[in-house]
Amino acid sequence: MEISDVPVQQGTQSRSIAENPCNMCMPMGGIIALKGIEGAMVILHGSQGCSTYMRRHIAEHFDEPVDVGSSSLNEKGTIYGGSDQLKTAIDNIRKAYDPAVIGVLTTCLAETTGEDVHRIVEEYCRERGVSRSMFITAPTPGYGGSHGDGYWYTLRCVVEQLVLPLEQATPHEGVNIIVPITFSPADVREMKRTLSAMDIPYTIFPDISETMDRPYGATYTKMSSGGTPVAVLHNMGGAKATIEFGSPGDERKFPGKYLEEKFGVPYYRIASPIGLVQTDEFFSLLKKITGKSMAHETAAERGRLMDAMIDGHKHAFSGRCTLFGDADLTYALAGFTTEIGMYPRVIASDSRNRHWKEAVSAITADIGEPVTIFSDTDFGTVRRESEIGGSNIAIGHSDGKYLEEHSGIPLVRLGFPIHDRIGGQRICSTLYAGTNRLLDTCVNTLLERKFSTYRKRMYDQYFPQIER
Amino acid sequence: MEDVVLLKGREQFVRQKGERHQTLPISCGAESVAGCVSQRACVYCGARVVLNPVADALHLVHGPIGCASYTWDIRGSLNSGKSLYREGFSTDLREKDIIFGGETKLAAALDELIPKYQPPVVFVYSTCVVGIIGDDLDAVCKAAAEKYGVPVLPVQSSGFVGTKSIGYQTACDVLFKLIEPPTTKLLLRRRPVINYLGDFNLAGEAWIIRSYLKKIGIDVNVVFTGDSRYEEIRRAANAELNIIQCAGSMFYLAQKLEEAYHIPFMQVSFLGVEDTADSLRKIARFTNDPGIIRRTEEVIAAELRRVMPDISGYRTALSGKKAAVYVGGGFKAISLIRQFREIGMEVVMVGTQTGRREDYEIIGDIANDGTIILDDANPAELERFMLTQGADLLVGGVKERPLAYKLGIAFVDHNHDRKHPLAGFEGAVNFAHEVYTTICSPVWNAVKGGVVRGDL
Ligand code: SF4
Repeated sequence: MEISDVPVQQGTQSRSIAENPCNMCMPMGGIIALKGIEGAMVILHGSQGCSTYMRRHIAEHFDEPVDVGSSSLNEKGTIYGGSDQLKTAIDNIRKAYDPAVIGVLTTCLAETTGEDVHRIVEEYCRERGVSRSMFITAPTPGYGGSHGDGYWYTLRCVVEQLVLPLEQATPHEGVNIIVPITFSPADVREMKRTLSAMDIPYTIFPDISETMDRPYGATYTKMSSGGTPVAVLHNMGGAKATIEFGSPGDERKFPGKYLEEKFGVPYYRIASPIGLVQTDEFFSLLKKITGKSMAHETAAERGRLMDAMIDGHKHAFSGRCTLFGDADLTYALAGFTTEIGMYPRVIASDSRNRHWKEAVSAITADIGEPVTIFSDTDFGTVRRESEIGGSNIAIGHSDGKYLEEHSGIPLVRLGFPIHDRIGGQRICSTLYAGTNRLLDTCVNTLLERKFSTYRKRMYDQYFPQIER
Repeated sequence: MEDVVLLKGREQFVRQKGERHQTLPISCGAESVAGCVSQRACVYCGARVVLNPVADALHLVHGPIGCASYTWDIRGSLNSGKSLYREGFSTDLREKDIIFGGETKLAAALDELIPKYQPPVVFVYSTCVVGIIGDDLDAVCKAAAEKYGVPVLPVQSSGFVGTKSIGYQTACDVLFKLIEPPTTKLLLRRRPVINYLGDFNLAGEAWIIRSYLKKIGIDVNVVFTGDSRYEEIRRAANAELNIIQCAGSMFYLAQKLEEAYHIPFMQVSFLGVEDTADSLRKIARFTNDPGIIRRTEEVIAAELRRVMPDISGYRTALSGKKAAVYVGGGFKAISLIRQFREIGMEVVMVGTQTGRREDYEIIGDIANDGTIILDDANPAELERFMLTQGADLLVGGVKERPLAYKLGIAFVDHNHDRKHPLAGFEGAVNFAHEVYTTICSPVWNAVKGGVVRGDL
């Protein structure tokens, strides 16, 4: 099989086309957001294909069964309205899964035909005599944004619809920790471990640590245990503060912002805790909010990370990287790679927002080397710019394997989806210990490349000259 | 089966052999019941998977990004030349395109892509929204075709207009349009020439089959669509026979070729030793050429000598184990029942996503008493029946793998993203080997009983 016959794409990127997509669609993100709520099932209102494809992608990344219902809209439902089909779908999902919460998301199809899921679900509740609080409805047209956008938007819908008004909530000492789609189950577990060690009460939202990475057990249940409990979600308005990890963006879309506006919960949106400085920032914020310092074991992990940074610094400095994919992840990685001297050459995100681009530009402004930053892009562009910029390592999800295949740039797999390796759900790259693992992986990737190529390179470069 | 709670509307899709099989035929080909967590895909998916292996074509998805994203390089189809098919192109429709229409964007995309890649043929797939907003795909494609002098073919594959099978048909219609009337050269050939339909060259499977046919003296004109190119497809009418492996996707094209060009067709299966040998014999008999018939027997004998020791080894290890099958098409399911028998295993549950009535009739005939037969199953049913039937192994696609593993059941992927061939004699060995590696893995002993141990 030839792979070299695909030319590097020339010229500037046109907006009429995506050449090798860098992102997925909104409902995909919505599904993952909802899978972090205890006892939740998801129904996509739309045609059958969407949910099947998304299930396949999610199942492959997490290696977990991912049940997602579909209203299986057909031609009739598309023309005459699909509310009956959605209601049947809800009936069937309730019967087969008996979920505590049902998230109803839309797809391109339902949005284009103007299906109003809020209204249909309200009608359903009236007709069947069930409580509206059992449902989360989020219009997520596939064309409305990337999977990352769908994720944040769905989380926002969850807090808008489930968090109880202040009169009914109890103020508490807990801190809301809202995590981005690129937090793996392992990252969430690491966060819980760290906060517990500090004795800080918290609400992690969404919590996929168990639902999307459940232990093998003696018996299988259709619904997984784990996830943020609904009762806890109800009380998020009474929390002491919200820390939300992600890249800067249009704040109106973020759940933490809503909690601030509606309930006055102090809101902080910071980079995911990847890298020393960004993780430090998280702990200083925690200290500011709770007055507590990091646990001893965490301090030791911090020291070990610094040790590793020194051990690997020369090797890291030989790296020039391409960062691509999710806006929140690339934003955090821009900080991390800049910090260790593995400077970014190309940073590309699916994000359509300007804030991301500005923020990433600010992080990389002082490295003194050229860096190209693209928002709303595709792999055609990423590949072209990586070759021009001379990247020798890339960090991102599995679709970046094309950089490896076509351009020989080794890929450190991180983020979502990872579908050509096992263990996507077990990669921990956040906080000090996770950063340490990521650092080791990056440096070892660079070393592997160096050791496997230097003999041939030196031979080709110098030996023929002696011969002559 | 009475004890199993089936969702309303699902009763007609589940049968148990020996019970009501004779009196009540299974429902199939119907739309999925809403909310039943069907494993099925959509029209677009059907069209895409059939056409995608056309290697030198430019495949442009007209729609929002997701549809293209999920199907980018989705198949493990290998190719021997140009690999443009592995690139994913999408018009990436946005909100404003949905409101004002996406035709301009599509035309602009074609204007950019055709000069840049100079493909011999372009397929433009429509997705759900395109069907709704009413973009005139035909007109845009026609204009581009005239402008650039290459065929630009609209693939009308809006997801909601039916099931995956409709997508297969759409793809066949598109392929048929490319095929030109036969040339007279046909008469001068010394070796019989046939088309091979319904093999997508996953992990090189079509190459394996071609190599057998070559050895017995038959040339393959074109494979639909594994490792195929535009020029080859055009010549498809120059064949004396069409053989069909994946009937679900290609039966329709074979019928059309018979009607239009009087090319007879036959169904074959290259899954399993027995089916492979039978199919080769069937093809040889069709040629009515004693030389070919003799060489076929020689090839089969040589292959059997080569693979049977391995197969019998696995058979010893796997004897008495039970398998559950949940695959896309009916013909594959039928072959798998036979193939499991070859390696000493019994199929206790068998289901398909798009099986046809005739397929289910055969399944009903050859399955053992007590076998559960399902159309368009969902995870809840798969779980229930695998457990009640005591399956040791599930054959399915990626979505089903984690379910099987969570239940402590071995698993074999028989879907289109495989990276190893399962067809032909060597494929049969690979299959047996894979079944062996999963069923006989020592990890099952280690994890048996789960991890909750009070005494630890
Ligand atoms: S882009 Fe739209 S139609 Fe395509 S998979 Fe996503 S939601 Fe479905």
